[in-house]
Amino acid sequence: MTLTLGHFLTLGAVLFALSVVGIFLNRKNLIVLLMAIELMLLAVNTNFVAFSHYLGDLHGQIFVFFILTVAAAESAIGLAILVLLFRNRSSINVDELDSLKG
Amino acid sequence: MSVTTGLFYFFAAILLFAAFRVITARNPVHAVLFLVLTFFQASLIWMLLKAEFLSLSLVLVYVGAVMVLFLFVVMMLDINIERLRQGFWKHFPLAAVVGIFIVFEMSAVLMGGFRVTDDVATTGAVAEGVSNTRELGKLLYTHYLYPLEVAAAILLVGMVAAIALTLRQRKDSRAIDPDQQVRVKSKDRMVVLKMAATQPALPVQEQPVAEAENKA
Repeated sequence: MTLTLGHFLTLGAVLFALSVVGIFLNRKNLIVLLMAIELMLLAVNTNFVAFSHYLGDLHGQIFVFFILTVAAAESAIGLAILVLLFRNRSSINVDELDSLKG
Repeated sequence: MSVTTGLFYFFAAILLFAAFRVITARNPVHAVLFLVLTFFQASLIWMLLKAEFLSLSLVLVYVGAVMVLFLFVVMMLDINIERLRQGFWKHFPLAAVVGIFIVFEMSAVLMGGFRVTDDVATTGAVAEGVSNTRELGKLLYTHYLYPLEVAAAILLVGMVAAIALTLRQRKDSRAIDPDQQVRVKSKDRMVVLKMAATQPALPVQEQPVAEAENKA
């Protein structure tokens, strides 16, 4: 029994589904929401690398490189906003962040 | 079953367990540590796919930098965990149904649809003695030079934004601005006032009135 592309894609699918479940479960905790987004990006990156390997095309790995770059910038800014939010509101509960609501 | 297949199942099992613990851990610090484990297993799986450069950069960039940032923020904030976990089990049935749905649909399509095995196509891209890093670098600095510069600009903007958002100046600081300090002139420091050499004596105060006030 050898590994096929389907194995890796299924692993990516399970990881993605787990992170969707995580977003459902931790709807109030902003930090865990950010972590679930990181897991989703990891699942997508795994798909990219698997396709790149099995189809013999290196362009997929370049895409993973850029996704990693953007994800690093995203999490840095997200965490900065989180710190700012906690400093002003003393809470990271998503339900309490409704001051823009009319 | 070859060694690679066994390793794949081993890494995948640990990865999925760690990912499950990330979304269910009670303590956010434990969640971040399990996220580190997840990224580590993912990098090993990428290593099985012969993507060495990305695998190592995942460890360096993610485990080394981003996860440490997460851990730092989580430890710095004083979070009330119990209040954040309200409604955790209330949403669980819906979440489980949606998750199982996604997994079964996608695996039904993917396992049947992509029976591409290792020995067909990879010889074209990853031949013997060809470095993955060298090929990636060639592609990155020729075809993708412009996106690379855009990525660099994104990182710069991210750094500036993160610093600008969290920088806080103290209001009670008495520090001197060095910019103003070096540009000072001697006439700003000392002012010479013209005064007469002698001054008329001050009028003598009326002592008895003050004594009368003290007695009263």
